[in-house]
Amino acid sequence: MDQELQLIIDRINNLSLSEEARVAVMEAMKTVEKKLSLTDFKLARTEKVKKTTGILLEETIEELQRKSKGFTELNILLKNTQEELKATRSQLLQAEKMASLGELTAGIAHEIQNPLNFVTNFSEVNTELIGELQDEIDKGNVAEVKIIAADIADNEQKINYHGKRADAIVKGMLQHSRSNSGEKELTDINALVDEYLRLAYHGLRARDKTFNATLKTDYDKSDPMVNIVRQDIGRVILNLFTNAFYSITEKKEKDKDNFEPTVSVSTKKMSDQLEIRIKDNGNGISQSIIDKVFQPFFTTKPTGQGTGLGLSLSHEIIRAHGGSITVETEEGKFAEFIIKLPV
Amino acid sequence: MKILVVDDERDMKMLFEQRFRKEIRNGDMEFIFAFSGEEALMYLNQHVHEAVLILSDINMPGMSGLELLQQIKQKFSTPPPVVMMITAYGDAENYNTAMRLGADDFLTKPVDFSLLKEKLKIKI
Repeated sequence: MDQELQLIIDRINNLSLSEEARVAVMEAMKTVEKKLSLTDFKLARTEKVKKTTGILLEETIEELQRKSKGFTELNILLKNTQEELKATRSQLLQAEKMASLGELTAGIAHEIQNPLNFVTNFSEVNTELIGELQDEIDKGNVAEVKIIAADIADNEQKINYHGKRADAIVKGMLQHSRSNSGEKELTDINALVDEYLRLAYHGLRARDKTFNATLKTDYDKSDPMVNIVRQDIGRVILNLFTNAFYSITEKKEKDKDNFEPTVSVSTKKMSDQLEIRIKDNGNGISQSIIDKVFQPFFTTKPTGQGTGLGLSLSHEIIRAHGGSITVETEEGKFAEFIIKLPV
Repeated sequence: MKILVVDDERDMKMLFEQRFRKEIRNGDMEFIFAFSGEEALMYLNQHVHEAVLILSDINMPGMSGLELLQQIKQKFSTPPPVVMMITAYGDAENYNTAMRLGADDFLTKPVDFSLLKEKLKIKI
């Protein structure tokens, strides 16, 4: 019992109280004492809880600090991964570019031998003709001199034309491999589409001798000029032709006798936009994957054959031009890609 | 001697006419031009009994030169016309396929016309 309580009790005992009052006070004192000891007990318990809580708090803080450190490390890791992903993506884009360059190279070799054939041979013809010209001049045969001179002029024109043609092919190849220069220029869209149709076709023929297709072209008669990044749109068109040829080749393998592989291309100028349609009568695209074809890394080709970036790159390029690229298809029958560019 | 030149490059006509102008003028050679395999077959079908030597490109839109070669060697057996291939692809695979299909010769572009002239003179 508390000393103070004992003191109070002693004092009460010394007071001259009636027995009844003394008992009542003593009872009250006992209750107070009980309550006090209960409070003491509660206090002690609270103290214990406080201690435990303190320890727990410290542990939690430690834990939090450890976790925070972990998060920082994770963050760094994530950043590294993100950078790695970025690098991988740009490598893949480069790979896609190089792959389509590879597709082009064989076509280019063929395309360049033809103009070179004319340059070499017309120039040799001219050397011969100049010899003849001198003979005729010596003979004084003016009529023959005039005829030969006209022939030389004609041949000279052919040499010039085919020289420029070879030059344009090489320049096109360089443009294709170069990273985006991004310069828009006014471009003859029919000429561009036709150039890439030939390159894609001859490129494939160079690698696959058995490949064959009917090519149908329907170009807008007004020879529309559109302001575009030439090599970017060229890459899109090349990609669409390559896909079209791939699809008809696959179908031909299964149906050798009755299937007539056909790729059609058309350009059409409308009031505020230009439309390019590239259609093949190959296997088409299944409805189940139609939403995915423009997604990066989506490909139906066997592993290693497609990067899955062709159409997604095309989509990006067309969007950057403020245009749209869509597809209409019926599985097993056809696929038609429609590019719309603002004019 | 009629020579059928098959090539999708239209300037081949002018080139051959210039390169063989003496032979044409003297009547030693006559050239006919077709700009596709299909066109060439059509000509051959319409002129069955003409003695024709064929110079064909390989890489052409539509029917390729190799398919043309195959069809000519199958369809026109008596007498089988001489078929010489002229191509920008001088690779072994093209060469072997052409030879297997019965090509009589194989030349690459750019065409060496003095060589071609010699070969033609031997065939004629």
